[in-house]
Amino acid sequence: MATVRIPPVLRPQTGGQPEVEAAGSSVGEVLRALTAAHPATEEQLFGPEGDLNRYVNVYLNDEDVRVLDGLDTAVADGDTVVILPAMAGG
Amino acid sequence: MATQIKQQVEEIEPFEAAGEIEGGDVVLVDTREPHEYQEAHLENGKLVPPGLLGDEIAAAAPDKSARTILYCRSGNRSYKAAEQLQALGYTDVASMAGGILAWQEQGLPVVSASGMTAEQRERYSRHTLLPEVGVDGQLKLLNAKVLLLGAGGLGAPTALYLAAAGIGTLGLVDDDVVDASNLQRQVIHNTERIGEPKTSSARVTIEALNPDVNVVEHNLRLDAGNILGLIEDYDVIVDGADNFPTRYLLNDASVRLRKPVVSASILSFDGQISTFVPFEGPCYRCLYPTPPPAELAPSCSANGVLGVMAGTMGTLQANEVIKLVLGVGEPLIGRLLLYEALGTRFTELKVRRDPECPICGENAPQIEESEMGKFPDYQAFCAG
Repeated sequence: MATVRIPPVLRPQTGGQPEVEAAGSSVGEVLRALTAAHPATEEQLFGPEGDLNRYVNVYLNDEDVRVLDGLDTAVADGDTVVILPAMAGG
Repeated sequence: MATQIKQQVEEIEPFEAAGEIEGGDVVLVDTREPHEYQEAHLENGKLVPPGLLGDEIAAAAPDKSARTILYCRSGNRSYKAAEQLQALGYTDVASMAGGILAWQEQGLPVVSASGMTAEQRERYSRHTLLPEVGVDGQLKLLNAKVLLLGAGGLGAPTALYLAAAGIGTLGLVDDDVVDASNLQRQVIHNTERIGEPKTSSARVTIEALNPDVNVVEHNLRLDAGNILGLIEDYDVIVDGADNFPTRYLLNDASVRLRKPVVSASILSFDGQISTFVPFEGPCYRCLYPTPPPAELAPSCSANGVLGVMAGTMGTLQANEVIKLVLGVGEPLIGRLLLYEALGTRFTELKVRRDPECPICGENAPQIEESEMGKFPDYQAFCAG
């Protein structure tokens, strides 16, 4: 199981939980497990073609998956997947 | 044998001397040794050591009829020098009683070798004690020019601590007025000033805190037409803007002018901060290539924010600014620090330069000024 960190803007879709446990051997699978458990997160994370939306940054532990293997990046047990959209509040 | 009777030398108290100096048209002569002068001297005091008086006084005080005030450490050497000057034909000479010691005892300002006044040395003593700051570092802070985008949640604590730290020039960009709903976090404003422009409200607080700070108010909204002219005079920019268009606009302009930006944002119990130094690390567009759509752009709606989040993230911003100015430590270049207040948890993420970045990438074309901050194919842009 991996831990998925949920940003404030997505917490209404996860029942307010800041962290969700999700299973999967890749970042894509972990995120699909998240959207299966909390369907309202789907359209905010994924575009119509199933790609990650460009305005959503996803990190495996401390590294941006864009510089790893994207959604195919392998996830080990105990890893943390951070979902991070830009915030503009000042 | 003709004995010349010494003419009595006029002695004046430091406060009288200060009054004359402030009035102008006074030649001020320091009659001590160079090492004493270097340690501390009166502003505009001209050094003429006693042993060199005959040789150097003409250059320091060419007009023998001009009002000439002499001082030394405690008043003895300047008295003797004043006698010599009178013998040389100077007609309006005074010696400052008690010298620079008495002057300083009365709390009057001096210029130390470091360029700081005695008052500044006292004020910043807890800084100058730090080897990483020291007198030289404090002088860098006193000469630094920092621009704050937003005199609101993040801008308030950032401005307060930068002002206290002695940042010499603080520019404030904000076109808003103080609202009652701001006061839960915007601690630079107060209840009495509700309805006043935020820039002038912040100025009042800053000037009361530290008169060394020159506050420059920019009561306007940034746009592609004014941003380059505005930021070019500053050394470091602090982004505490409350909307995405301003953040992307600032990024594009700061990369163009190679200005470092300390960027933070807050929402509910969450904060983010990073430092963008153009071409040394990633830029804001490398981190966030595309802004979120309006429904995911929380500043567009009233999501709420814990007031203290502004203080936590704003003071982290101030810390980044000070490190950049001093050139010490490790700024958050290429690192994004997240703070989650409910769990009291800090998380650090890596941010890489994007070779394909349209602004700072290897093949990024120089864009027209009017294109800065724009997303040509982006319709649902959050308007703030």
